[in-house]
Amino acid sequence: MEYVLAVILLAVLVAAVVLRPLVWGVGDDTAGSASREELEAAKEAKYREIRDAQLDLEMGKLSEDDYRAVDRELRAEAIEILKGLDALEGKSPEA
Amino acid sequence: MDPRRKRKLRLFVALSAAVLLAGALVYTSFSASTQAKQPSDLLAGAEQGRSYELTGKVVKDSVDKDGDRLTFRIRDRDGRESLPVTYAGVVPDPFREGREVIVSGQLEQGTFVAERDSLITKCPSKFTEDEQST
Amino acid sequence: MAGLGSACLLVGLLTAVYAVCASLHGARSGSRAAVVSGRRAIYCVAGLMVTATVVLQSAFLRSDFSFKLVAEGSSTDTPTFYKFTAMWATQDGSLLLWALLMSLFASAVLFATRRSLRDIAPYATAVLGGIAGFFLLLMVGWENPFTTLAVAPVEGAGLNPLLRHPAMMIHPPMLYTGYVGFAIPFAFAIGALIVRQTGADWIRATRRFALIAWTFLGAGIMLGALWSYSELGWGGYWAWDPVENASLMPWLIGTAFIHSIMVQEKRGMLKVWNVSLIVSTFVLALLGTFLVRSGILDSIHAFGASTIGKQFLVFIAVVIMGSLALIVSRLDDLRSEAKLDSLMSREAFFLVNNLVLVGLCVVIFWGTFFPLISEALSGDEASVGPPWFNRVTTPLALVLVALAAIGPMVPWRRASRSGLVRSLRLPVAVAAITLVALLALTDSADSPLALVMFCFVALVLAVVVQELARGTAARRTITGDPWPRALGQLISRNRRRYGGYLVHAGIAILFLGVAASSAFQEQRDVRLSPGQSFEAGGYDITYVRPTAEVGRDSAGTGAPITFGAVLRARRGDEVQTLRPSRNYYPSQSSEAGPIGRFFEGEATSEVDVRWGLRRDLWAAVRPDIAELEPAIREADAKFAGSRDDVQAIVIAAIVERYREDAPPATFRAIDSPLVSWIWIGGAIMILGALIAIWPSPQTRLRRVTSVYAARLGKELSQA
Repeated sequence: MEYVLAVILLAVLVAAVVLRPLVWGVGDDTAGSASREELEAAKEAKYREIRDAQLDLEMGKLSEDDYRAVDRELRAEAIEILKGLDALEGKSPEA
Repeated sequence: MDPRRKRKLRLFVALSAAVLLAGALVYTSFSASTQAKQPSDLLAGAEQGRSYELTGKVVKDSVDKDGDRLTFRIRDRDGRESLPVTYAGVVPDPFREGREVIVSGQLEQGTFVAERDSLITKCPSKFTEDEQST
Repeated sequence: MAGLGSACLLVGLLTAVYAVCASLHGARSGSRAAVVSGRRAIYCVAGLMVTATVVLQSAFLRSDFSFKLVAEGSSTDTPTFYKFTAMWATQDGSLLLWALLMSLFASAVLFATRRSLRDIAPYATAVLGGIAGFFLLLMVGWENPFTTLAVAPVEGAGLNPLLRHPAMMIHPPMLYTGYVGFAIPFAFAIGALIVRQTGADWIRATRRFALIAWTFLGAGIMLGALWSYSELGWGGYWAWDPVENASLMPWLIGTAFIHSIMVQEKRGMLKVWNVSLIVSTFVLALLGTFLVRSGILDSIHAFGASTIGKQFLVFIAVVIMGSLALIVSRLDDLRSEAKLDSLMSREAFFLVNNLVLVGLCVVIFWGTFFPLISEALSGDEASVGPPWFNRVTTPLALVLVALAAIGPMVPWRRASRSGLVRSLRLPVAVAAITLVALLALTDSADSPLALVMFCFVALVLAVVVQELARGTAARRTITGDPWPRALGQLISRNRRRYGGYLVHAGIAILFLGVAASSAFQEQRDVRLSPGQSFEAGGYDITYVRPTAEVGRDSAGTGAPITFGAVLRARRGDEVQTLRPSRNYYPSQSSEAGPIGRFFEGEATSEVDVRWGLRRDLWAAVRPDIAELEPAIREADAKFAGSRDDVQAIVIAAIVERYREDAPPATFRAIDSPLVSWIWIGGAIMILGALIAIWPSPQTRLRRVTSVYAARLGKELSQA
């Protein structure tokens, strides 16, 4: 008896939590920001790489020539990401 | 050398190294392994001077202690045939009559002479049930 | 309350199934509402599992023996601390722990990625729901931890005395956290494969979870080793037992994974390799859980035959085949974006490190499953012992430590010879000086392999110190900060890198302890009467007197009777006293007499260790209580019907007899050099991993300055 009651009670509770977005909708809370977050993450990773290469140069693990080549490439990629972010900001006013 | 041939060569070297190492692994493991036997297997025929791993249950009322030398009998997991064992060294905490044990050693004149410290006892989690069932 | 627990499991199972369906539907139809609903379902599973665990734990704490699990695994005289751990000493309880940790981890990662990875996350949710569902199905269908007994016994059986050790409080949960944690990157890898987004996004989103899992699994393995060393009466920390191996294998492959994902992040290479690694890690984690519970291999952990072995095998097979099919069908999307420029590059070294780690795992796998393999191949069940494992793993371990030193010195893409020479000059010199010093001052030449290991350890430590010194110096030239501040800034601004170096230093120190203690330890087993002496290593040890106590177990495990010994160990001027003992737990058997049952039940060694940075002295005793038997028999016959307190007095008298006139006892003493450094190295490893996991403070800062950074980037590009 206790078991059946508990099953029903828990099932109702779970259903209330789970079905909420289906009934009430999710709104537009996350629209647009998804790809923004991804770009932000990519940007951060790229920045880390630039700083990493810099550190490698300082520590003598990368020759001056190699560093310049790597750094140029990384910065070009970072700028692509920044452009993407700018484009997003231009479109979505909330950002 | 053109890069494609170089890559192929690299792959070939890596693969043959892997095959060689795998062969070594198989060879060393088979030559270093000891066969696991139950008492009835050894009674049916055991090579003199060869190491075996003997598994089975400790026969009830067979454990005897003489100084740091332990003698007991091991019987088949599901059978009656049994072998006497002499053992010296550390006795694991869960060692009991009726428990399943593993011990390495050689058969000498009908007695299984175990290597020092080779005794392993299987650890039953529901140990009380186990005791009642013996 | 058991009804509530069972209900949580059933509703949890249904919710997990719903999570799978809703997420899949959402992913296919693009319905955000369905995706969010699926995610919420996972949160609900976590909530239900927390409730179920609370119900079960409170039953343990209340000693409610109407729960079958409580009656079998606990008792009123089990100390409260161990009542709490009794849940995961049982098969059903550990399944619940798995499901609990799994759903909590899944909720955490889904919450963290709720705004990103839009395409991958729904599929990952479905995979996580499927895994949670499997464990719930096991509990609902076969191993319900909330099974009740029609008639509740008056007293429970008690927790297995062997498991009464402080490390057992955290060892199993840590291992499980590790196992479960690897499910997260696995799920996201599967998601990434399904939607063909095989870049580094899923790695970035779950890298931290992989590291957390790796850290917990590593810590769990260390604690298991510590338990073995300080609780089990044999004096070793690693026995190549199948279950130990089962926990080591996913850890090794996980180690390979967290190294090789760096190659994918930086160079877009090794994509097939990375997904294969994470699939293997997760499968090995499942296998680890399965091995503990199945009893298919002989092991000290083989807790009897299990009822759920088949289900586990089916699930593992489904995971392997599904993942394989998925990887093969996505091979085109998994092409490398770059080629290996040179064999002297960081990428190449990562690859070699990966191959060695995987090789190590293959070797251990082969040895662990050798009984099954040989039975299949030759019909004879045979096994390989620790000597074989030691022989084949030692060379690989040596290579690994050497790589841990050299790898971080090699730059990405291509190394210049002069740069490499400059980086390695000093560390190699340190290693060479170590070699000469060891040869001149110690007798370590007796064990060439250990000697080589010592030199490699010196190499790793020198490399790490040099890296820290150079980095700090470089920072100082820029900022002009004082040394300590520059060092702190260096580490906190490059957590991943320096945390990683610290892990390298920790593993090197750990191997220092392993090599020294396995090559140079001295062990003696002797049988002594009080007053006699023996030698072990550099110690002169005397059995001073026997001890015998009732109800005063110093380890707090609740043992009523303890026999032991006082030993005095002398080494030069240094004198130490050790008190190893042996706890006796009452037998529950109906055959034992009312007095006799206190002497004939389980007994466990309480080891005494004098820990030291230079050496440990380890001692265990096995008292011979056979001579007490006539007295016990007599007491059983005489006092069978007596009141409890009278029986207690009789027991105390018998125990006292042992103290007054003890027969010879068997001792084991081990003089083990540098063994403490294993635990110190392990602690350093965990500290390093925590530094690498901790979010860098710049993440927040940079969001504020992002516009500025963008402008800066543009300006830089024009220059």
